[in-house]
Amino acid sequence: MSTKIGILAIQGDVAENVSSLVASIADLNQDATVHVVKTPEEISAMDGLVIPGGESTTIGQLSLVNGSQKVIKQKVESGMPVLGICAGMVLLASNATDRVVGKMDQPLFDFLDIELERNSFGRQRESFEAKISMDSIGISNYHGVFIRAPAISSTSDDIEVLARFNEKIVAIKKGNIIGTSFHPELTDDLAVHKYFVNLVKESKN
Amino acid sequence: MLPLSGERSNAKGIVCERKESSDVLRGTSTLKRGFAHMLKNGVVMDVTTVEQAQIAEEAGAVSVMVLDKLPSDVRKAGGVARTASIRVIEDIMDSVTIPVMAKCRIGHVNEALVLQETDVDMIDESEVLTPADELRHIWKWDFTTPFVNGARSLAEALRRIEEGAAMIRTKGEPGTGNVAEAITHIKKVNDELRTIKSIYDSGDNQDLVRMAREFKVSYDIVEQTAKLGRLPVVNFAAGGIATPADAAYLMSLGCDGIFVGSGIFNASDAAERARAIVLATTFWNEADKVKEAQKMIDERQSMLGLDVKTLELRMQDRGGSA
Repeated sequence: MSTKIGILAIQGDVAENVSSLVASIADLNQDATVHVVKTPEEISAMDGLVIPGGESTTIGQLSLVNGSQKVIKQKVESGMPVLGICAGMVLLASNATDRVVGKMDQPLFDFLDIELERNSFGRQRESFEAKISMDSIGISNYHGVFIRAPAISSTSDDIEVLARFNEKIVAIKKGNIIGTSFHPELTDDLAVHKYFVNLVKESKN
Repeated sequence: MLPLSGERSNAKGIVCERKESSDVLRGTSTLKRGFAHMLKNGVVMDVTTVEQAQIAEEAGAVSVMVLDKLPSDVRKAGGVARTASIRVIEDIMDSVTIPVMAKCRIGHVNEALVLQETDVDMIDESEVLTPADELRHIWKWDFTTPFVNGARSLAEALRRIEEGAAMIRTKGEPGTGNVAEAITHIKKVNDELRTIKSIYDSGDNQDLVRMAREFKVSYDIVEQTAKLGRLPVVNFAAGGIATPADAAYLMSLGCDGIFVGSGIFNASDAAERARAIVLATTFWNEADKVKEAQKMIDERQSMLGLDVKTLELRMQDRGGSA
């Protein structure tokens, strides 16, 4: 059976993740397919899920409306790999604070016990591109695209910090769960998506 | 990977700083266009107060657009319409976590600079306000903050992208509650994209040059757009959207998302209608969900629509020939 990787298509940059995953699978020459998923039924058929960049308040609220949040929680808690990008990483957290507005009361998936700050580097004018390294998973000199990006100030001990930028944590991993502040789907470097495709394959075996 | 057709890598708006051991770049096409990509499949709502902005955020809007008056009230008020009060914009920026956009007049460079200094997330160079320069739009490459511009045709869209727009929206006819013009504009853009794509596929370079001359843009951007078969930037629908069904229809025509102007906060059921339009935009291809969304609103509460044929002021014509 080929591996099925879904991209949560409630809101955000879904198509960009589709092309990054399709290219990664072709490069790795793997037996895997990419699916755009929205309903609980579609999500429950997946072996791995990417939660794309977008607005975390929008994706969070709408995932409650159609019941997809419940399925995502069950699947991820029972081991399905998930990659949360930017807004996607916000949704993985147990709580979120906004740099200006403060403590947020927004629906989150609550997988990671972390202190997360939204819009941590500032507003759009402060969005930036910079090189970052995730040496522990063999990705170095990676092109990071940070758009109104969140960052993590502290984590529980069971969470591995993959990358930092200016002291702030910008990529993390806890078992089957990966979160990045930056947008791998906006670059032509497939390293992060390839790493995720391999993780999904391993978890299935 | 983003299509970066028409990009200017030496633009003045790109800032390079050295931080720790890494070069840090701001204001690049990837960052400006990438920001717009994060809004996809979402609804941007026009607001005039902090309370409206909070209602929009709670309803699931991906961004709010701050105006002094809603487009339909601009129409009623007449006179010159300018950018919103900076204090109001700042108050809204301090009270919501979603991106905040604001409008400046077409061609008004310093209104835009003021908005950039205010730190809004995107600037809409908008025909809803009174144009300051009928001949020239703002040269948007000089800015670090991204811009969105209106377009009624592929030619207008490509001209704006060549000036540095990071996002396009249809013009529609703002402040009318009448979606007909937005539908016309997106269908025209789609038709023209199909035309240049088929010319590109046929390998007829001479005809692509002819299209570039007709559109008054460079050959390069026509060729790259034709190859893509879509605009190289995100394309939203705007102008006259008032109901969930309006939003769902425009999404079905291939729009990447929706701007709602007067349609929400000029209706008497604003909070409910805001939620309903977000639902219809997200689930536009599921008929039962669009029906549920449409059921959330009461047509008797919808803003009174205007017939576009009898309008004294056609906002969509502003800046159109430039």
